[in-house]
Amino acid sequence: MLLIKCPWCGDRDEHEFSYGGEAHIVRPRDPEKLTDDQWADYLFMRKNPKGAHLERWVHAHGCRRWFNVERDTVTHAITAVYKMNEKPPRSSKT
Amino acid sequence: MAKDYLRQSALAHLHLAALGVDDPDGAGVVLCERPFRGQLSLRGNSADHEFVEGVQGVLGVGAPLDPNTVNVAGNITVLWLGPNEWLIVTPDGQETELVERISDALAGQHFAVSDVSDSRAIIGLTGIHARDVLMKGCSLDLHPRAFNAGSCAQSSLARCHVLLHQINEIPTYDIYVHRSFSDYAWRWLEDAAREYGFAIINQSAIDVVTQRSTRKESPVSA
Ligand SMILES: [Zn+2]
Repeated sequence: MLLIKCPWCGDRDEHEFSYGGEAHIVRPRDPEKLTDDQWADYLFMRKNPKGAHLERWVHAHGCRRWFNVERDTVTHAITAVYKMNEKPPRSSKT
Repeated sequence: MAKDYLRQSALAHLHLAALGVDDPDGAGVVLCERPFRGQLSLRGNSADHEFVEGVQGVLGVGAPLDPNTVNVAGNITVLWLGPNEWLIVTPDGQETELVERISDALAGQHFAVSDVSDSRAIIGLTGIHARDVLMKGCSLDLHPRAFNAGSCAQSSLARCHVLLHQINEIPTYDIYVHRSFSDYAWRWLEDAAREYGFAIINQSAIDVVTQRSTRKESPVSA
């Protein structure tokens, strides 16, 4: 069980949170100008790193806010937590 | 608001009034329903001074800006639910007027206030083993160094989404639980409390009992 630090509520049990997948995916400004391949890339293709991963979580059973987490996909160690409007930590390799 | 003669609290079917006592002498855990309170959902930008001051002007107390804290003034309680979201709790019957007063005071601003009374049932829990009962079903750190009088938190209790508010050091809690979960939550609490000896207290007596107990030596364990 992970202990996840909500930027507002502090350390809470993993079961209070839901996972939201890879963070920092920007919706294309003009989807109609994209090829099918480019659109499919935006919709479906995700990184699958072995190591540091920037991802979104929501504190579903707490304050119900979304935020970002940097988590090591091998060890599950959480190395950074930051709000939606904040930049990823410099240490991040992803 | 429903007409009084049709109105039933969330736990009315348990007939708690027939089981309640006025003096829960020796019980380690004391439970009651706290029915019929006005509850308002307030949304707004806490970084906007006009909004913050407008709310303070109407309520006589500011919306708490620190996460998971509660501000109380007179019979109005304001609980932090999120950085732009609060729950305002009022005595029964004052909620409609309060919505109007907040709406007037904040007119033209970006905000929302909605009457959500009766969406949540409120269960009162007190007694020297109240914390032990919650710890059986809740992963929050409830130790007084992390959670004490004036703290609130949304979490899960026995898999129900709850809003927990600690009122004093006995400890006494108000447990807000969505109405359709309230029967299950109550039965779970009764079962969890059984080993400590529990009593159901008359709703009119709980404030007297909790105030009397706080004057004694606080039984909070380290
Ligand atoms: Zn939170």
